Amino acid sequence: MITVKHISKSFSDVQILKDISFVFETGKTNLIIGKSGSGKSVLTKCMVGLYEPDHGDILFDDRNLSELKPKERKQLRREIGMLFQASALFDSLSVEENVAFPIKMFTKMSKEEIDERVNFCLNRVDIINKNQLYPSELSGGMQKRVAIARAIAMQPKYLFCDEPNSGLDPVTAIVIDELIQEITEEYNMTTIVITHDMNSVLEIGENIMFIDQGENKWTGSKNEILDVKVKELHDFIYVSKFLQQMKK
Amino acid sequence: MIQAFGKYMVMLYSIFLKPEKFSIYWKRFVDEIIQLGLKSLFIVILMSGFMGAVLVIQTASVIESAWIPDYTVGFTVKQSMLLEFCPTIISLILAGKVGSNIASELGTMRVTEQIDALEVMGVNSVGYLIGPKIIASLFIFPIVIMYSMFFGFLGGGLVCFFTEIIPVEQYVEGIRSFSEENFGYVRYALIKTSVFAFLITSISSYFGYFLKGGALEVGKASTKAVVYSSVFILIANYILTQLILI
Repeated sequence: MITVKHISKSFSDVQILKDISFVFETGKTNLIIGKSGSGKSVLTKCMVGLYEPDHGDILFDDRNLSELKPKERKQLRREIGMLFQASALFDSLSVEENVAFPIKMFTKMSKEEIDERVNFCLNRVDIINKNQLYPSELSGGMQKRVAIARAIAMQPKYLFCDEPNSGLDPVTAIVIDELIQEITEEYNMTTIVITHDMNSVLEIGENIMFIDQGENKWTGSKNEILDVKVKELHDFIYVSKFLQQMKK
Repeated sequence: MIQAFGKYMVMLYSIFLKPEKFSIYWKRFVDEIIQLGLKSLFIVILMSGFMGAVLVIQTASVIESAWIPDYTVGFTVKQSMLLEFCPTIISLILAGKVGSNIASELGTMRVTEQIDALEVMGVNSVGYLIGPKIIASLFIFPIVIMYSMFFGFLGGGLVCFFTEIIPVEQYVEGIRSFSEENFGYVRYALIKTSVFAFLITSISSYFGYFLKGGALEVGKASTKAVVYSSVFILIANYILTQLILI
């Protein structure tokens, strides 16, 4: 479980996050949704420690991120897996080396154990016989799956996914969403997905926070979101004529 | 300016933090030796060979007095190659080749969030990405420069052999003249090269690592890396010459 309490963050004089509080539950896919520029990615980067929040606390179970010493923070980061918007696979490493990277860096596993773990992770995301290929030789969907394999290689307790299906066709996007949900349940992780894709919201949104202009405007689940009364969220959901007609 | 210098110093400090796993850093170090040094060897040898050849022809063509012995040509080539051409001009060429390569590599990694991915994993990204580059360059650039010296002299010798502009024996005598001072010149050249190697890799890494923006900025960072590295090489060259030779 990750708890954020009264998080605020500014860059220069522009306040990006305003007093955000939320509980991201374990074993569920927690979604942060909102328009582009609403502060979703900044909140996530605060949570993984890439940015320092100006105010507030971020608790990973009972560990307060801001109170951790550098060594403890490094240890915590090893419990975090992250899937980046552009996959962020290392160009110079093959698929296999990408997945093996965190294992080699932080464990003392033998070569055989590393190979076994890498193959298990790649099989789990349905990447078969692609071990020796390089990221540039893979399609966008495959790159995302390899990135998921790398993110789960260290069996993380917390998984962050920054717009996991951006740039993917609707079919592949749903496959990636389902994969994230399956993995979350399978490993009982606390998964946080940032998205502005309503298909994802309705597919995997078990615990949702809607951010608008840096403020938490609504929280709920996919079952409640279509009947929402908050104007900003309503406008966000029913922006397309198709959905407006569906609602009527 | 002060902020940039502060960030540069913090970056250098981060390089010396304890590596997560020594064996992985060692592999990176070996890879960087190949990338930065061995892959630059061909252009360095080519340039040095031709530069040595041209220096012989130019020097021989301006020394027309019968009072000046032929071995002066070899001596002049030696002095030019050891003192300035090999350490400084070759380093400026390496700043162009290696510097732009480093800045664009790290800049692309920044833009595509690969550096963020390392940080989230808990890897000291500066130590992992930049540390091996700096240490590898400090190790391999002096070796590259020694190759440059050798092939510069060889280029000059081949010109003497094929054109008979001066006898080869005279050229070799010029190269070997005042041999007790040669060691000092080579040491001076290697000290300069080590400083230049540090400047090229650290400045280029700075511009790539702290890049903000997209593909356009990657190109700009590469250009800045080459320009700043070259300017600092020239400044350091002047300071080191003043300190060591005088």
